[in-house]
Amino acid sequence: MRSFEYVAPRVLSEALAAVAERGERARVLAGGTDILVQLRAGRRQVDRLVDVKAIPEVNELSYDPHRGLRLGAAVPCYRVYEQGSVAQAYPGLIDAVSLVGGTQIQGRASVGGNLCNAAPSGDTIPALIALGAVCIVASPATTREMPAEDFCTAPGRTVLQPGEMLVNLRIPPPARRSGAAYLRFIPRNEMDIAVVGVGASVVLDDARQRFVSARIALGAVAPTPLLVKAAGEALAGQDVSERSIEAAAAAAMAAARPITDMRGTVEQRRHLVGALTRRALRRAIQRASEE
Amino acid sequence: MTSVSGKGVQVVGTRPIRHDGMDKVTGRALYGADIQLPGLLYGKVLRSPHAHARIKSIDTSRAEALPGVRAIITAQDMPDITERIGELGETMYNLSYLKENVLASRKVLYKGHAVAAVAATSPHIAEEALALIRVEYEPLPPVMNVKEAMTKGAPLLHEDLVTDELGKNGTQPSNVAKHFRFQKGDVEKGFQQADVIVERELQTATVHQGYLEPQNATALWGADGNVTVWCSTQGAFMTREQVYQLLDLSEAKVKVVPMEIGGGFGGKISAYLEPVAALLSRKTGRPVKVVMSRSEVFEGTGPTPAAHIKVKMGANRAGRITGAEISLYYEAGAFPGSAVQAGAMCAFACYNLENAQVDGYDVVVNKPKSAAYRAPGATQAALAVETVIDELCERIGMDPLEFRLVNGVKEGDRRVDGPAYRRIGYLEVVKATREHPHYSAPLGGPNRGRGVATGFWFNAGGPSSCYLSVNADGTVGMVEGSTDIGGSRVAVAMQAAEVLGIPAEAVKPVVADTDSVGYTSVTGGSSVAFKTGLAAYEAAQDVKRQMVERAARIWEKPVEEVESANGVFHLKSDPELKMTFKDLAARLLTTGGPITGRASVNARGAGPGFAAHIVDVEVDPETGKTQVLRYTTVQDVGRAIHPSYVEGQMQGGAAQGVGWALNEEYVYNKQGDMTNSTFLDYRMPTSLDLPMIDTVIVEVPNPTHPYGVRGVGEVPIVPPPAAIANAIYGAIGIRMTTLPMSPGKVLEALQAKGKRQR
Amino acid sequence: MLERLRVQTLVNGEEIEFLCEPRQSLLEALRDILKLTGTKEGCNDGNCGACSVILNGRLVDSCLVLAAEVQGATVETVEGLAGPTGLHPLQQSFLEQAALQCGICTPGFLMAAKALLDREPHPSEARVRLWLAGNLCRCTGYDKIVRAVLDAADKMEVARP
Repeated sequence: MRSFEYVAPRVLSEALAAVAERGERARVLAGGTDILVQLRAGRRQVDRLVDVKAIPEVNELSYDPHRGLRLGAAVPCYRVYEQGSVAQAYPGLIDAVSLVGGTQIQGRASVGGNLCNAAPSGDTIPALIALGAVCIVASPATTREMPAEDFCTAPGRTVLQPGEMLVNLRIPPPARRSGAAYLRFIPRNEMDIAVVGVGASVVLDDARQRFVSARIALGAVAPTPLLVKAAGEALAGQDVSERSIEAAAAAAMAAARPITDMRGTVEQRRHLVGALTRRALRRAIQRASEE
Repeated sequence: MTSVSGKGVQVVGTRPIRHDGMDKVTGRALYGADIQLPGLLYGKVLRSPHAHARIKSIDTSRAEALPGVRAIITAQDMPDITERIGELGETMYNLSYLKENVLASRKVLYKGHAVAAVAATSPHIAEEALALIRVEYEPLPPVMNVKEAMTKGAPLLHEDLVTDELGKNGTQPSNVAKHFRFQKGDVEKGFQQADVIVERELQTATVHQGYLEPQNATALWGADGNVTVWCSTQGAFMTREQVYQLLDLSEAKVKVVPMEIGGGFGGKISAYLEPVAALLSRKTGRPVKVVMSRSEVFEGTGPTPAAHIKVKMGANRAGRITGAEISLYYEAGAFPGSAVQAGAMCAFACYNLENAQVDGYDVVVNKPKSAAYRAPGATQAALAVETVIDELCERIGMDPLEFRLVNGVKEGDRRVDGPAYRRIGYLEVVKATREHPHYSAPLGGPNRGRGVATGFWFNAGGPSSCYLSVNADGTVGMVEGSTDIGGSRVAVAMQAAEVLGIPAEAVKPVVADTDSVGYTSVTGGSSVAFKTGLAAYEAAQDVKRQMVERAARIWEKPVEEVESANGVFHLKSDPELKMTFKDLAARLLTTGGPITGRASVNARGAGPGFAAHIVDVEVDPETGKTQVLRYTTVQDVGRAIHPSYVEGQMQGGAAQGVGWALNEEYVYNKQGDMTNSTFLDYRMPTSLDLPMIDTVIVEVPNPTHPYGVRGVGEVPIVPPPAAIANAIYGAIGIRMTTLPMSPGKVLEALQAKGKRQR
Repeated sequence: MLERLRVQTLVNGEEIEFLCEPRQSLLEALRDILKLTGTKEGCNDGNCGACSVILNGRLVDSCLVLAAEVQGATVETVEGLAGPTGLHPLQQSFLEQAALQCGICTPGFLMAAKALLDREPHPSEARVRLWLAGNLCRCTGYDKIVRAVLDAADKMEVARP
């Protein structure tokens, strides 16, 4: 691994300045489970790592039934699933954070880091998109927000400009009769990269007979995690039925733009999008019905 | 555990805590990479980015200028050993190939082939230096499988390699190093007598042993010309031999210190880093440690061959195999010498055949030189034979274990390649399998299937040495030369303890370096409990003899008057006059001096091992993913010295076999680059991928060993892929013929079947 | 000279201070600087768990933590598992159940299992398997490891007042 400088500021403004000073040659260090591997393998090179784990804003995890969830970009996965109120309100997010790596990785890796790493297969990203998460991005000068589906721009690339960093994420409070789920397919049962991942969230009517709205997001089938608007639209206003689920799955399959690589083929991935969309929707509907 | 245990033993068959256990659970055991020496430098190896290329030039000047760099070597620094190669001819390894594999001189033959090495004051600096070495390559087209390699006009790996075609040398250079054949009876006649014939073509992938500890070597080339090497090796003497041959030294100049070893499975026999570390040490005058990264382990050390197999078997309605033939095409990797020979001997070894033919082809391709991997060559062949037998059974309507009882080998039967069996336990294993509740248990759900398969491995013996020294407190120091990879120290010590009538804990085993113990062959071929167990047994007999003499001297009686049983010495004429082993041990120094025992053996007559596995799987029809639900292994071990570690071998072999069956493979791109050389993407089973693995120990003692030991380590990897393929067939009605049977491939097969049915 | 950072940390209950380069991992610091070689390197990219240690009470892969990051932290390694009175019940169970063969993965499994039992004294087999999925073992097939962890949990239950 090439040499770099390590700084660990305690205040957000200092961190922003430390990042801005080095532009593209600086990288934020949260859990480190991606960046350290990439630096070691020579896939990325930096002059400075800015460890943000001592900064309060980036480590905030708070849930309020009216305001929703504030999830600091460096909060490790385990804190998300071990905080009871969060686990109860966002089972779809819990699905994802409990799948990132194994126990050791979940002890370090953060949802924000998963997003910034911008792997097409990042497990938390389809879940965030399905839940309507908003990213709060700051630079020394300004702060801006964007929906999670707009954050990744290409494999390993994000909207972050040199000098900007992701501070936290906001997830709206779960609507009444809503439910969400994230499912992925991997050849092993753990410690694997998603061949396909599907995040789904639904809001049902009071009778639990119809979809009020739905959001479906896909991982590992395009250069970035993908919000499939057509799949959500195929469900809105429809009866909760296998037929409507099938229509959404078809829309998801049509939207997928997978490639063939060592982890899967185009055909396999497209097929799995259908299978997993159906399964994720069924699970989300079940959760909404139990609500 | 079910066991048919022998009588008359006190220690054998018990489960004492292993002697090296305390160090290993407290982190104090020193493995190869754990060594710390004053003035230590760190080495790193530069490896080829091309699968096949000519090396045109190497410029190390910029790397040498980097602060902290102490030395750089290339193949030019290897001694010229042309004469030695000429003298030696082929031994256990081909020296010229080994030399080229350690550091390439003219051509690189696989991605990851070593071309240069750096020693520096830190591993990071050494790594930075690698990036500064300029190697100019002329890339050549790679050949990545046997089909490509055997195509007329295929690019040649070795311009001087000609085929050994059934014992005669060919005239044209070729990628086929060897074609050999075993024959018995008349196979065509056999097929004519068949009522049912099944013919299949199968393909297995390149897979790796996957030991958790990367290869490592630390060397110090002293000013006096003596070289000490610390490393994780399956055989210190084998490593010494490779090092002194490659470095053109006399044997006695090299001392190999075997450190604790973090898994081997056959992969830590060939030298990779040891000569490199030694040369870097010679150049710097300081000790140099070289440790591979995980991707170097995948790309630069020997995996087991991928195989292409054609098999044809015929049986009559009575379930008797009438004829069988198989052609095995194994990828040797960059240099000749795959495990095809062993695979060919194993292919039909479970069956008593009248008419059979086996053809084997050893083919070079642009992949790392293949190495041994647990029952090398046998698993690939068993996949073919055991799945075709499953199909034959289905076609004639016979239970697959019944079929094996009809055709299975027993004492006196001959393998296709000639040798006749002594007492073996194949039929006992099959019967125990049939009786196991697993075999008749309900499957309990849709998309589930059960498969069985059996397997054979020779097991081996060989030279081994053992010293024992009696301590005044009644304990016995034990020095052996066998690398302990999975608890063999305790199994060897127990055999000495049994002879001496003392507890296993009273023997204190040490695995010694090549200066401190007699020659001992590698820990391989499931040989240690057999050969070094025999050495320990003989050494203990030597001690016992001397102890009896000492007791006779103390009692002033003739030696014939003294008897020894269960660690007590007594007089025949006066049984009241007795001394325990401990009592006598306390008196040795004052009654004639210390007692040591020794034995060096060349253990012959290792007993073949047979195994049968039952596996239940469930296949997700929507994703093609196979989950192993239940697993039972049944094996004839001869005699289980320490049943826990015998079970451990059976379970571990099964687990590796499951990985081989379902997910493990080297994935290559068109350029011949391995694209999944990490533990993330080379998917070995995790704890969540396996169920508990039930073990049934069958004991049909090996008559050539005093306690009946056969060897247990290897045969458990032979049946799993076939058993799982048969179980998948049971679940979804598809015969998978390609390994790994990964979700993508199963899904594809399911979709193809769906289309056929529509 | 390369920049060196001064790191103060508590390793196995002992206050320790060392100098490291920013690029050195906690695993390198433990092994090469502090000579605590019980923590093993199997892959150096977080996929085998051989380097598992407990950092501020949480199980991590020490290859994916920079040495500089443990400033002010507490680190537990396999060397600290046994107390002056003897082995930890997990160590005892691993020995009794023959849960190790080559033993290179054992320190990582012990630390992972300790982190589990510290948190959940009565895990099910399924829970043990899930928790340990980040630790690879190539020798045992996991059977005896899982049994040893369950056995240690029982032992600790009996020992609890």
